[in-house]
Amino acid sequence: MIAGSIQKITGPVVVAEGMTGAKMYDVVRVGAYGLMGEVIRLESDRATIQVYEDTSGLMVGDVVESTEGPLMVELGPGLLSSIYDGVQRPLPEIAKTGDFIARGTVVSALDREKLWKFTPSVEPGTTVVPGDILGTIPEGQTIIHKVMVPPKVSGKVVTVLPVGEYNIDTAVATLEDGTKIGMTQRWPVRQGRPYAKKLDPTTPFITGMRILDTFFPIALGGNAIIPGGFGTGKTVTQQSLAKWADVDIIVYVGCGERGNEMTEVLTEFPQLDDPKTGAPLMDRTVLVANTSNMPVAAREASIYVGATLAEFYRDMGYNVAMMADSTSRWGEALREISGRLEEMPGEEGYPAYLATRLAAFYERSGRVQALGSETDRLGSVTMVGAVSPAGGDMSEPMTQNSLRVTGAFWALDTSLAHRRHFPAISWTKSYTLYMGQVRGWFESNVASDWLAFRDRAMFLLQKETELQEIVQLVGPDALPESEKIILEVARMLREDFLQQFAFDAVDAYCPPKKGYWLLKTIMAFHDAAIGALNRGVSLRQILQLPLSDEIAQLKTTPHEEALAKMPKLCGRIAEDIAGIEVL
Amino acid sequence: MAEMTATPTPSLLSVDYRTVNYVTGPLVFVNNVHKVAYNEMVSIVLPDKSVRSGQVLEISGDIAVIQVFEGTAGIDADRTTVQFLEEVARVDVAPELLGRILNGVGKPIDGGAPIIPERRLDITGSPINPYSREQPADFIETGISAIDGLNTLVRGQKLPIFSGSGLPANELAAQIIRQARVKTGEEFAIVFAAMGITNREAAYFKQQFEDTGALERVVFFLNLADDPTVERLLTPKVALTVAEYLAFEKDLQVLVVLSDMTNYCEALREVSTAREEVPGRRGYPGYMYTDLSTIYERAGRIKGRKGSVTQLPILSMPDDDITHPIPDLTGYITEGQIVLSRQLHRRGVFPPIDTLPCLSRLMNLGIGEGKTREDHRAVANQLYAAYAQGRDLRRLVAIVGEEALSDTDRRYLRFADDFESRIVGQGDESRTIEQTLAISWELMAGLPMSELKRVREFIPKYHPTAGDAAKDKGDL
Repeated sequence: MIAGSIQKITGPVVVAEGMTGAKMYDVVRVGAYGLMGEVIRLESDRATIQVYEDTSGLMVGDVVESTEGPLMVELGPGLLSSIYDGVQRPLPEIAKTGDFIARGTVVSALDREKLWKFTPSVEPGTTVVPGDILGTIPEGQTIIHKVMVPPKVSGKVVTVLPVGEYNIDTAVATLEDGTKIGMTQRWPVRQGRPYAKKLDPTTPFITGMRILDTFFPIALGGNAIIPGGFGTGKTVTQQSLAKWADVDIIVYVGCGERGNEMTEVLTEFPQLDDPKTGAPLMDRTVLVANTSNMPVAAREASIYVGATLAEFYRDMGYNVAMMADSTSRWGEALREISGRLEEMPGEEGYPAYLATRLAAFYERSGRVQALGSETDRLGSVTMVGAVSPAGGDMSEPMTQNSLRVTGAFWALDTSLAHRRHFPAISWTKSYTLYMGQVRGWFESNVASDWLAFRDRAMFLLQKETELQEIVQLVGPDALPESEKIILEVARMLREDFLQQFAFDAVDAYCPPKKGYWLLKTIMAFHDAAIGALNRGVSLRQILQLPLSDEIAQLKTTPHEEALAKMPKLCGRIAEDIAGIEVL
Repeated sequence: MAEMTATPTPSLLSVDYRTVNYVTGPLVFVNNVHKVAYNEMVSIVLPDKSVRSGQVLEISGDIAVIQVFEGTAGIDADRTTVQFLEEVARVDVAPELLGRILNGVGKPIDGGAPIIPERRLDITGSPINPYSREQPADFIETGISAIDGLNTLVRGQKLPIFSGSGLPANELAAQIIRQARVKTGEEFAIVFAAMGITNREAAYFKQQFEDTGALERVVFFLNLADDPTVERLLTPKVALTVAEYLAFEKDLQVLVVLSDMTNYCEALREVSTAREEVPGRRGYPGYMYTDLSTIYERAGRIKGRKGSVTQLPILSMPDDDITHPIPDLTGYITEGQIVLSRQLHRRGVFPPIDTLPCLSRLMNLGIGEGKTREDHRAVANQLYAAYAQGRDLRRLVAIVGEEALSDTDRRYLRFADDFESRIVGQGDESRTIEQTLAISWELMAGLPMSELKRVREFIPKYHPTAGDAAKDKGDL
């Protein structure tokens, strides 16, 4: 056993001597409490350790023991609907020891007693390779958990468990060479799980938010960042995505954020139903909660824990979305540890390796063909990271380094938030790099002219921004009617299309088809109005028609009803406006 | 401070070190130490026999770095002795703390009887398990329209006031302390932590508490501007430990006011600089977010316990800059913010709350039918939208003149003026939520009916000239 003694303590960083043989990123137990830590630097027999728990009371000379393995998570049935801290300890278990989090708690990540209904899917005599499915277990009401052969294990199956109820410590199969394969696997969090090959992401990640689905869609297996100052709605947006996004599994990592927010997720999710299956949302969700006042080193580890859990379900062939709120807190944890190590600081005190770490993290997203002899088992991990730029200034290192490695930028805008335009996603600053890959899906599943309407709407909004600058200088009356109508239509786009009420039962989720028709209806109004203006009708006459009220109510009208209504409404808009007589 | 150093009696074997090697700023380096724990409390006896206290910040081999709370003036390397107390920083707590005035580390300074401790608690506290938290859900009526109506405070929330030098944040805080109550009528116990405030400000608060009879339910921690800077680092932690004790063990509803957090952060920077740490933005340490979170996150409710801790930290934005690291990091941790405006203050509006950048993240949990009134959310949305519109138009008027505006626009302008003078600028008055909503409806009635999109469904019931409210008047 490798055991040394503490030589230096500064905040969450401890240096131990006599650690010869310890490896980088090995997990160690520190002091009498057995605090969990990780080796982050080695210098002859001295190991620098970041400790995941409060270090008060540690003394020079206290013992440090290495577990001789890296930080691992346990993967198996029971992950879904769990809530973990940053190093995969279930918070409900910790809560049994008190309402406040005590130090040195050791609890099992998965329920070891619970019995799971196992159905084998291989016969004895089959040769299996890594990733092959040995059997299935219903996990929650909707997800079928697949027990897979772990990476690096293969051979001929000799015995396999019959149908029955077992706990997770039961071996499900034995191979010819005597290897027993359990129901669970352990995997080091800082290492991505292997897959057969990466595929081009072409299916959109449908979020139910009109501005994202229509203007800035990303693909399943893609990644995006949501940067925004405080109060711009990062968390509300992330939670909306977690509730409504069209994926099988959600991994939600609350990284250094507010305790009450995690409580909100915990209170709300079990009560919400998955719109597709009707099962509670919690059944398909794993939460990793490391609030801002919990130890900083565990915050650093939490996003890797989240990514590993996401990859595990990806390997079963599911589409997984991982929300990290907020990656800036992770970056700050990195900075804090780096400062304690007295490393040479890079930009704004962040370590120079920030960009490398970020790239490595976001590259764990993607759509893949999973390991195994089936070649049609495809899964994906989509990552959405919130970024909290200091002072709302997007030129800071976290935002800029994230931009370089992610495919979409959903910029939150403080001035939109101040005027309570939610989601406060800026249509002038945001962008997506996935349009080319996902437009095909929209064209064949929504409408062939989908992109044309999207582009026209974008054009009008862009035009509005330019016109607003003129209005600021000379007032709206100086504009010709043909430009005033643009302002009017852009206002409709903003209020009746882009604004979406996260708390409204209907409007919280908007299917892409409804979004398309909403756009089409507003554009019908625009086209008819332009036609009328050309005939000499005044703008005031057009606006006197009650049409804009009707359009405004569409987004809160139930989807089916609205979809039935809109084609007719488009026709009526054209007729009514064409029917206005020139005065 | 003497209390912390006096109890518990250090074990007979404890050693007095006379090995001070290096003194810089608030830090003392002691050599040849054994069995010293991280964060351990320390008592230092100076050559003139005066006693100071400190805390271990770092241990490296046999060298301990100690931060001295009362400053290092008078410490020498030869005769000064250092004793390690074998315990982390603690504070004595007892229900009798209510009504007392204590110094920044919890020692009575009001000349009253010594406090007989019921418990001695570690001031660092442990994080509340998110799983054990109860979601905040109860409306707190502060009697201030701009808060109750637009940025509702909820029990268990942490809602800071972002002020600037010369702005009346203290007056606003005093008014909230005076008026705040939950709907069930329970009164709050107040824990007030003053960090680096001036004698004048302290006297103002004392006077306020005495005048309103609130003093008997206040625990007043006082670290004045001329008190040791580093002591300030303990004040909020001591205060919150007392608050948690009163809330979670004595079932009280506790409102914690921390003033001024900017002074706390300055102290943090001072110590960090003395330790020659790598600075983050504007010289503040990189761990300031983590440090602040261990203060602000100590608010909330816990499942199965009756009490709650609600926090109202006050901070001054240096040069009114909301992007300065102190307000910035605070805003990322707290559940919203109340922002004061110099412009409104100059125009004589009190309280000068600039509602547009304000936010209460937990508002939706505390309002609506059964809590405040069913139209509350809609009214707040409409007021926000209309006021933002009015403010935009003001800028336009400055360029093109009021004549160029349409009638609707002129009504928006008037609305923005009325909003500032009547809803925000309520003065010392205390308003119930019903009064706040009634005034809001009066102002909204000044706008064309077609503009009231967000409150449409409530117009029949509440609109003063078009709804039932008007018809009732007609009947009379």
